[in-house]
Amino acid sequence: MSFEEIKILLTEKFGNEVIVGEETTGLQPALLIEPNYIKGVCLELRDNPKTYFDFLSCLTGVDYGIETRHFGVVYHLASIPYQTQLTLKISKENERDTGDLPTFPSITSVYLTADWHEREAFDLVGIFFEGHPDLRRILLPDDWEGYPLRKDYKTAEYYKGIKID
Amino acid sequence: MNGQNPKYDKALLNYQQKMADASVEDMVLNMGPQHPSTHGVLRLELITDGEIVKEVIPHIGYLHRCFEKHAESLTYQQTIPFTDRMDYLASMNNSHAFVMGVERMLGIDKDIPKRVEYIRVLVCELNRIGSHLIAIGTYGIDIGAFTPFLWCFRDREHIMGMLEWASGSRMLYNYIWVGGLFYDLPVGFEERCREFVDYFKPKMTELNQLLTDNQVFINRTANVGVLPLDVAINYGCSGPMLRGSGLKWDLRRIDNYSIYPELEFDIPAGKGEMGAVGDCWDRYKVRVDEIAQSLKMIEQCLDRLQKELKRTPDFDPRAKLPRKTIPKAQDYYVRCEGAKGELGFYFMADGKSEIPTRVKARAPSFNNLSVLPEIAKGVMIADLVAIVGSIDFVLGEVDR
Repeated sequence: MSFEEIKILLTEKFGNEVIVGEETTGLQPALLIEPNYIKGVCLELRDNPKTYFDFLSCLTGVDYGIETRHFGVVYHLASIPYQTQLTLKISKENERDTGDLPTFPSITSVYLTADWHEREAFDLVGIFFEGHPDLRRILLPDDWEGYPLRKDYKTAEYYKGIKID
Repeated sequence: MNGQNPKYDKALLNYQQKMADASVEDMVLNMGPQHPSTHGVLRLELITDGEIVKEVIPHIGYLHRCFEKHAESLTYQQTIPFTDRMDYLASMNNSHAFVMGVERMLGIDKDIPKRVEYIRVLVCELNRIGSHLIAIGTYGIDIGAFTPFLWCFRDREHIMGMLEWASGSRMLYNYIWVGGLFYDLPVGFEERCREFVDYFKPKMTELNQLLTDNQVFINRTANVGVLPLDVAINYGCSGPMLRGSGLKWDLRRIDNYSIYPELEFDIPAGKGEMGAVGDCWDRYKVRVDEIAQSLKMIEQCLDRLQKELKRTPDFDPRAKLPRKTIPKAQDYYVRCEGAKGELGFYFMADGKSEIPTRVKARAPSFNNLSVLPEIAKGVMIADLVAIVGSIDFVLGEVDR
């Protein structure tokens, strides 16, 4: 199924508001999805016999920079039966307050790959996934402060009173 | 603790409560981070009922070296040595994937000389054999067979020696560069490589007689840790893990990148010869069969490298090196078949600088390991060791 056909399929199923834009300038076209629909969209793309995007290759949490104040998640889906690939993106504005992280719906119930990848995005970029079964830090210690892959992250000088060189 | 919002700490508190409850009712057993069968610094927390494992909770991150953070402050060319340290048993495959992504973003992937591409595939396949040899040898040790380990390391030593000869380093090569190679192959490398192939083929037969068909080994691995295909796909398993579950999914054939369409090879998949499809033995067997396929590819590469793509005095592997690696503003996800499975890099380039704004590494071992709690439910502790060994992960790649 081509990129245009997928767009038509999604708008027919979820209405016009589901796709908020697209990026077609690069080598891989990407669909920008309204964040609240992402779980439904993934489920539809996975189970529809015309698409069968049954393999989540990669899930990336992204900090789009201090000026734009945007946070996003990028999904790379792959279809094993059709040997195709698709990129989905969702994003949201956020004020970088550690008490109010950018929050997106979790797609763990659709792809279990997302379990650890979402934990990693939470750990390193500070993105909260609503509905994730076990959203703990995964690579850093549980008591680590801050989210290192954010653009405004200041390298910690001390960890538990020990100076980091 | 994240402090400001209690919502973000809920999962951690739930986990701590669960472990506190479990230590009263059952026994909590720590396996690792210094346990020899965890192949590195992996800590598994087991909730056990006698010998039965009720639940496995993996803890990773002991080897976290901030690859993605480093990549945001270094140019593409400078990041290649960092990719070597991800899956340090198959460094060539890592750099190959990374370099391929950058070349495609720059639009120079069609200009790379054929000889360079063949050398890249040659060293990648050599490195894949080395990685699989470690997987097989250490798997033998996990199960209790010591001899195969020594045999595998003896044969791997030849590969390490050859790659050291070519790149100057034994494990972390930095040999494949964006647009070319560090150096051409040393004079006599092709002949030495052919010698190795001839030496190694009968050794594989011996290894099969010693381990693959060993009844004790089969009893320990067949029907243990069965991974059904749908579970494997849903967890994002790839490489020998996915092929062990019976699906012929190999990105070298699917994506046809580099010069793989010109090479002839089969894709081995698990058939359930000794037990159920997708058990530990099947995963092990896929690796053994892949070594034979890699040898086949190496021979084909050598044929071309010694005939139509012969070295010439004026051949310069650095001729196509870009002066400035500034890709157009775009996102690109590149994937290729590493030794452990689908190795992917996601780049975000802003079109202005040589430094990417975001790089995400999709490590195959990270996803392969995430399936462990699922397939290790209700097994014996001794079988857990067999399952962990059959996943064949490298912690350098899991933690990055």
